[in-house]
Amino acid sequence: MSAAPLNQYPLWKHLLILGVIVFVGLYSLPNLYPSMPAIQVSHESGELDTATSPTLRQALRDEGIPVQSEDHADNRLLLRFADTEQQLQAFETGKQALDGRHVVALNLASSMPGWLRSIGASPMNLGLDLRGGVHFLLQVDMKAAGEKAINNYAASIRTNLREAKLRRFSVTQTGDEVNVRFRDEASRTAALETLREEYGNELDFAEVDGSNGFLLVATINEETLRETQSLAIQQNIQTLRNRVNELGVAEPVIQQQGAERIVVQLPGVQDTAQAKEILGATATVEFRMVNEQADPFEAEETGRIPTGSILYRERDSKNPILLKRDVMLTGDSIINANSGFDENGLPAVIITLDGKGAARFSKVTAENIKKLMAVVFIDNKTVIINQDGVQRRKTVTSEEVVSVARIQEQLGKRFQIEGLDSTYESLKLALLLRAGALAAPVEIVEERTVGPSLGQQNIDLGKKSIIIGFILVMIFMALYYRLFGIAADLALAVNLVLIIGIMSLIPGATLTLPGIAGIVLTVGMAVDANVLIFERIREELRNGNSPQASIHAGYSKALSTIADANVTTLIAAIVLFVFGTGPIKGFAVTLSIGIVCSMFTAIMGTRALVNLYYGTKKSPTLAV
Amino acid sequence: MQLLKDKLNIDFMGKRKLAMILSSVFIVISIVAMLARGLNLGIDFTGGTLVEVGYTEPVRLETVRGALSASGLDDAIVQHFGATRDVLIRLPVAESDQDKASLSNKVIRALGPTGSLEVRRVEFVGPQVGGELRDKGGLAMLYALIGILVYVALRFEWRFSLGSVAALVHDVVLVVGFFALTQTEFDLTVLAALLAVIGYSLNDTIVVFDRIRENFRQIRKAASENVINTSINQTFSRTLMTSLTTLLVLTALFLFGGEVIHAFSIALIVGVLVGTYSSIFVASTSLLALKVSKEDLMPVENTNRNDDGSQV
Repeated sequence: MSAAPLNQYPLWKHLLILGVIVFVGLYSLPNLYPSMPAIQVSHESGELDTATSPTLRQALRDEGIPVQSEDHADNRLLLRFADTEQQLQAFETGKQALDGRHVVALNLASSMPGWLRSIGASPMNLGLDLRGGVHFLLQVDMKAAGEKAINNYAASIRTNLREAKLRRFSVTQTGDEVNVRFRDEASRTAALETLREEYGNELDFAEVDGSNGFLLVATINEETLRETQSLAIQQNIQTLRNRVNELGVAEPVIQQQGAERIVVQLPGVQDTAQAKEILGATATVEFRMVNEQADPFEAEETGRIPTGSILYRERDSKNPILLKRDVMLTGDSIINANSGFDENGLPAVIITLDGKGAARFSKVTAENIKKLMAVVFIDNKTVIINQDGVQRRKTVTSEEVVSVARIQEQLGKRFQIEGLDSTYESLKLALLLRAGALAAPVEIVEERTVGPSLGQQNIDLGKKSIIIGFILVMIFMALYYRLFGIAADLALAVNLVLIIGIMSLIPGATLTLPGIAGIVLTVGMAVDANVLIFERIREELRNGNSPQASIHAGYSKALSTIADANVTTLIAAIVLFVFGTGPIKGFAVTLSIGIVCSMFTAIMGTRALVNLYYGTKKSPTLAV
Repeated sequence: MQLLKDKLNIDFMGKRKLAMILSSVFIVISIVAMLARGLNLGIDFTGGTLVEVGYTEPVRLETVRGALSASGLDDAIVQHFGATRDVLIRLPVAESDQDKASLSNKVIRALGPTGSLEVRRVEFVGPQVGGELRDKGGLAMLYALIGILVYVALRFEWRFSLGSVAALVHDVVLVVGFFALTQTEFDLTVLAALLAVIGYSLNDTIVVFDRIRENFRQIRKAASENVINTSINQTFSRTLMTSLTTLLVLTALFLFGGEVIHAFSIALIVGVLVGTYSSIFVASTSLLALKVSKEDLMPVENTNRNDDGSQV
């Protein structure tokens, strides 16, 4: 017996256990600090410049709004305030003080001390069912996107064939194909050659000899269709991002899900009717000529606007500008807009128009060479107004000039806007143009909204059931297994801390109400491992084994059972994770983490405690 | 403290006929309930709109119903939710195309005159998404069962695998039957609970199986029935203890967890009770019925020589 003590852990094992507990425990600490109202500032470009903070602080000082603390991380500025009223005032002040390229949002920030922040600790992410907010699942109408594309091709094909001096043909569009009918085979062959050259990479052609003439059938090839559909999704996502930025939502989620769906999650947004309106409305762009004869500043000051003109503002500089009332082109005609470079290597935006738009545009631009043309972006903006201390959101239609350029030559199907300051400018303009092009229609196919009071209530109820369940199990275990039960109780407490710590450490993990239920369930099931071990020890003792041998045998014999039992539960949890959505995933996550943690605490943790207490005693009476 | 006496010796297997009858009766009741009454599926699976509002004062349901039918929302199902101040309104999927997602806005507008209220929750599930969730749920159940079947077959033996899956199917049928019988709403959280029940029940079964395997290898010259009986007896106090602690926390969840996870905790409570029963009476009796024997369980290296020295 004396040679190798059965029930003593080497020092490194104790240190390992202690190390894990201290490390994970440290990262669970942020959850103890309440969250504070805050505003979050970021920049559209992703890079926040150094002047932002001083500008904002100065503006807040002028308004007499005290800032509790300031944080600068991941290119976002976070300012904390004592209460929500100050937060709202600061929000308004911030929006006015900073230019339109800054995104100011209301947020909640943890009040944890700086040293915790400096080690990268953060509290758990709370799901929408706990913090309140809106979840939308939007479906993009891919059929419409495809039809619009084929429609555009039909128009272009018509133009191309006319340009190729082909006569006596007719172009019709049926469903997802374009039919071109010819009188004779020779024209068809000639047409096919022309069209193959132009659209060989995008369209598939088939020759069909019908009863009334020679038919050429064009269909969009698979790759192009996929591209069109992916573009439709991207376009919608971009539009949604613009809108959500205007909403002032901190940490929004806008993601593609599957081939044709978009998930939008807006934490903290309460007015869903408003949110739905904003997300559902479509943005558009218009091309108009600039009225260069009149002085826009004078027009703004005197209020006398020349007839046939409208006063606009430029998006970034906020300067007034006079535009002609006639619209040259609308976003419907834009097929695509990409940022690129002109022949001098300077940033430019390359725009592709559909056939009808191109015809009209080339006519108008021919008449206006050397004159200024402006792009107006029309969108539904949301402003937050503070009415009797209640925060309300109001939708206003905003029309802003996003680009002014001089027409150098007659423009056609493909043209570019040059003279942009930077690649960032060209990227942004291309995005705006795409967002303003007629996107494929979207439909809300799922909505889940939780009001803030219900969210808080869910948190409170969840906490309560965890604590009550926890205490009941602890009392029960201590009564039933005495000292060993107390060891199991300690392990259970550590288990809870570990679950919370790991949930805080994993960036993507989110705590939901079913997730809390998962923790509660784990509390009940975590003691199972200990019950198995302790029952085994009792059995060994009954069989007449020595106390030390019983402890040893109890732990080692129960091990494979525990492992088997937990792996199978883990299989169920993983299936849940793969197939579940939203809150259900949250349940799977806490259940899995709980199972793994409980293996560690219930086996190694309690063993360490038991070893420390009994390991050195020669023939102890076990309190099990 | 001990719940049971030291040398427990209950003849579980002797009562297997009785258990079989009992299980059969319950399964028949469950299936009949499912066929006759169907499940009260939540909007997660059927599609539809759900709005929960909280009034500052208790409100009569007639008032709410009146206001809704005045706005043409006659097919709304209105009920209190937890308290007399909270009202839950359910609407089937709207017929017209544009109305689907904005139905909740219409409900909220209609309720305006009924008193000072706050929108606590809005859920809208389109019919297509509802169908997908239903399919995904069924698939999840299937994959979980297959995964478990494979794992148990690898770790134990195919008879054990069949036994444990028989027990799981038994549990799922009974819990679903309970929901059909009581017409408790069956939503996504209940589906999650059902998968957790599978995990739990299996956990229980594995513990018993593990002991059966161990005993088959150790006990010499004993009838399978006796070995299984001994194993169940040896693990019985653990089975009771774990079920008890789990039920304890589930009861806390049921009582204090709030209305939203009521159905979830009910599913788990029923599941734990059924799962505990099934790991003894369904999983273990299946082993006996499949004629598992000592020879099936000897470690691979000893397949041609048994512990008692006899050549096979």
